[in-house]
Amino acid sequence: MKKGRIKVMMGNEACMEAALLAGCRFYAGYPITPATEILEVMSMRLPLLDGLCLQMEDEIAAMVSVVAASWGGGKSMTATSGPGFCLMQEAIGLAVAVEAPCVIVNVQRGGPASGQSTSTAQGDFYQARYGSNGDYSLIVLCPSTAQEMFDHTIKAFNLSERFRTPVIILSDEVVGHIREKVFIPDADQLTFVPRKRPTVPMEEFIAWKADADGVPPMPDFNTGYKIPVISQAKSLDGNRGNAKEADENIRRIVSKIEDHMDEFAEVLIYGAEKAETAFVTFGSVCRAARSAVDMGREKGLALRSVEVKTVWPFPDELVRRALAGAKRIVVAEMNLGMIKREIERVVRQPEIKIELFSKIGGIYPQPQEFLRFLEEKR
Amino acid sequence: MNPLGEKYLRKSFLPFLFCPGCGDGMIVQSFLQAVDDLGVADDLAMAAGIGCSAWIPVYMHFDVFKGLHGRAIPAAIGLKASRPSRKVVVFTGDGDGLAIGGLHLIHAARRNIDMTVVIVNNQIYAMTGGQVAPSTGVGSRTQTTPYGNLEKPLDGCKIAIASGATMVSRWSTAHTRQLTRTFKKALNHKGFSFVEVLSQCPVQTGRYILGSGSPQFNLQWLKDNCVAVKDPSQWGEIEAQGKIPVGDILQIEKPEFMEEVQRMNQKVKEEAQAKGGDR
Repeated sequence: MKKGRIKVMMGNEACMEAALLAGCRFYAGYPITPATEILEVMSMRLPLLDGLCLQMEDEIAAMVSVVAASWGGGKSMTATSGPGFCLMQEAIGLAVAVEAPCVIVNVQRGGPASGQSTSTAQGDFYQARYGSNGDYSLIVLCPSTAQEMFDHTIKAFNLSERFRTPVIILSDEVVGHIREKVFIPDADQLTFVPRKRPTVPMEEFIAWKADADGVPPMPDFNTGYKIPVISQAKSLDGNRGNAKEADENIRRIVSKIEDHMDEFAEVLIYGAEKAETAFVTFGSVCRAARSAVDMGREKGLALRSVEVKTVWPFPDELVRRALAGAKRIVVAEMNLGMIKREIERVVRQPEIKIELFSKIGGIYPQPQEFLRFLEEKR
Repeated sequence: MNPLGEKYLRKSFLPFLFCPGCGDGMIVQSFLQAVDDLGVADDLAMAAGIGCSAWIPVYMHFDVFKGLHGRAIPAAIGLKASRPSRKVVVFTGDGDGLAIGGLHLIHAARRNIDMTVVIVNNQIYAMTGGQVAPSTGVGSRTQTTPYGNLEKPLDGCKIAIASGATMVSRWSTAHTRQLTRTFKKALNHKGFSFVEVLSQCPVQTGRYILGSGSPQFNLQWLKDNCVAVKDPSQWGEIEAQGKIPVGDILQIEKPEFMEEVQRMNQKVKEEAQAKGGDR
């Protein structure tokens, strides 16, 4: 049993607690519902830790400063929602290109454009993965409880350091605003991944030459290395790369993550593991699906809910395994069918029909609706 | 090689990508002279965006962050915030700094955060092939104003002053000694310093706006059109004559942002301790 304390708090607040424990000392953001609380609590707490919380002039500036602060030496993060997430996309690509560890929280709301600012949605599923230009990869985690907002934030900082990549926490309004019990372990009960530092003498250090794991060591600015960090596809010494060097650079920043998915990919099964009927869920919808599984059990109905916790890179193999033996698959999500496309791609069994239980408009699905869906669509 | 180049250039990155006759090389030399005179090479953290002038710091053997178009100043803020003791210098252009990145200039100046922003003004988008910039004069024909520019140019120095910058200067590549002196002042200035450098672009501005692609012609144009004055109150008069006033316009002392942050942090920590422990 880990030592720690239990506190009732909002999902957004749990995220902040975890970030501070993980050592985040620079936060830059811009107010936007339903993510604003993270900016507010950071502005309250960071000064007490000699950190800095900046409300920037827009989300572009916020995200860029987070990327640069990471190179400046230290852990940094931002949080936003839909429209702000759009503005951050170019700089998320920048974080990928300059391999800057950092964490971005997107507390999803309805879209497109201003959409529904105070209502929940899961329409940024693909944007989180493909929102920036060019070929790249990054890690996206989907919490469904305030506790997971805490746990995933710790995990996000660790993965960002391990792979030198931006990590996105794709939350939503329900998870961000829910108030529930959160267990906060003492700092000494947690593991924190330190930044990988150069081990060769300074004059032998080549800024963008990766180790065997695909990740180059990263010195801070003003520690003597005098590195060129440019947003272009680069050569190993950091200049604009030629065709071959650009090719190698891009392939490496993708494969350093996608070749090591076994280190972080997470898919859970709730309920009867061998049930023929399976829900597939992510984010806050996992909660209602769990209740539906429990209600089904009371009625003598065996159900399983497959919860995809790390949605990108999509954990094909884990999802395939979690859905093994299922005859009926119902994908439940608060959009018009996004993760469903991935499930169709992964399952590829023509005899299994993949159905969509979709809720949009900002209304969270009720557990009864899951069971009604099963009956009505039979 | 010039001894300054020998000492400070990232030699494996040479040759420069600048066109023959470009002013950027002169700015490199003026800046490196200032760095050498002050002996601050190890304290420098450079930030830049996209455009010809954004490549200036990349050739310097310092820590350099060259990020997105228009976003050099937010990057500089991230670097400054993560270690306030470093000297942060931004190299930007008139498009990068006044158009796509104009908002960041206003807000960084407003904060009076300690950094030096060098804006290289060649009156055109040069790297993309000669399109109109916010600094291009009325009537100028460019690739995107084929019938003449209708928009009035923006004066970066005036924006910096109005937004709260505490040091503002403008020189040109025809004033390299003054430029080095001003860079030294800016590097030593505690607060937001803004240095505009009018620079010749023979390939775009010269050929399409001023009427000649000759570097000599373009440098001479700067000499003929820039009027150095000591008293900023004379700027309006010079502008009324259709000339460009240059010189050190402003240097005042105001509380610097990161120092204010450290003061605030100290105060709230003491108050929290007095109340007994954390929350």
